[in-house]
Amino acid sequence: MTACKRASELISRSLDQPLNWRERLALAFHLCVCGVCRRFRRQMHLLQRAGRAAGGSESTGGDDAVTLGDEARERIRRTLSDQARGDAG
Amino acid sequence: MTDGERPPPVPADPARWLDDHGDYLYRFALARVGDHTAAEDLVQETLLAALRSADRFGGRARERTWLTSILKNKLIDRFRRQGRLPALGEVGTADDWLNGLYDGNGHWKAAPGRWGSDPAELLQRREFWDAFERCLAALPERLRGVLSQRLLDDVPAQEVCRKFGISAPNLWTLLHRARMRLWHCLDRQGVGPLPGGGKS
Repeated sequence: MTACKRASELISRSLDQPLNWRERLALAFHLCVCGVCRRFRRQMHLLQRAGRAAGGSESTGGDDAVTLGDEARERIRRTLSDQARGDAG
Repeated sequence: MTDGERPPPVPADPARWLDDHGDYLYRFALARVGDHTAAEDLVQETLLAALRSADRFGGRARERTWLTSILKNKLIDRFRRQGRLPALGEVGTADDWLNGLYDGNGHWKAAPGRWGSDPAELLQRREFWDAFERCLAALPERLRGVLSQRLLDDVPAQEVCRKFGISAPNLWTLLHRARMRLWHCLDRQGVGPLPGGGKS
């Protein structure tokens, strides 16, 4: 009998690698009888979707309000121009 | 391209890169390191490296894509440099936090809460993304390193193993620990309409 702990490991790994047939079978049986783990699996799949959306989107998480601070921007600008000058000279 | 071998002359213009892509690179880095100062440093390192290799860029790829690929390499360098990742002494040891989620028989001590029945709706909610970012940032850096590779950047698992110099079983272990922490954090923050719902 697969317990929820093992089932969550399998659900997690299935996001990265196909499970073998024993693992798939064990997980399928467990999910048949365990509504809590079915819910958990839906949530893990949702996280997966959210991650892909966040990683693929321009804003990485949907927050355009997050920007470089003025101080950091200025510091980087100075460093870059120093470097550019150094290369030229 | 009928233009022959010669790439279009693209003068290196780091000041403009900073204006056009600085915020984007910063957000990209911040989501993956969870630390403002580190993210700022990464933007600077990225643009400096871009300046050094601008002649090899030659305008072939989208500028932002090119800069992002440099940033990704800088991130890997950083995760490696942390030294905490390659050693991974902790992989062999039990994860007490994770084990604490289950009772002695391996059943949930507290059932996952209800997140609502409509994932698409959830993904449109501002609070969800705020919580997502907060929870990602709260992960220990070594876990966030591997997880961001898989979850955010969809890097093939084999490649993540190679980049970080770890075995596949170690990668599964780390990813599981990372995913469980991210999930648990979101669950506790009450991302659904009925936070903490469900039987315990």
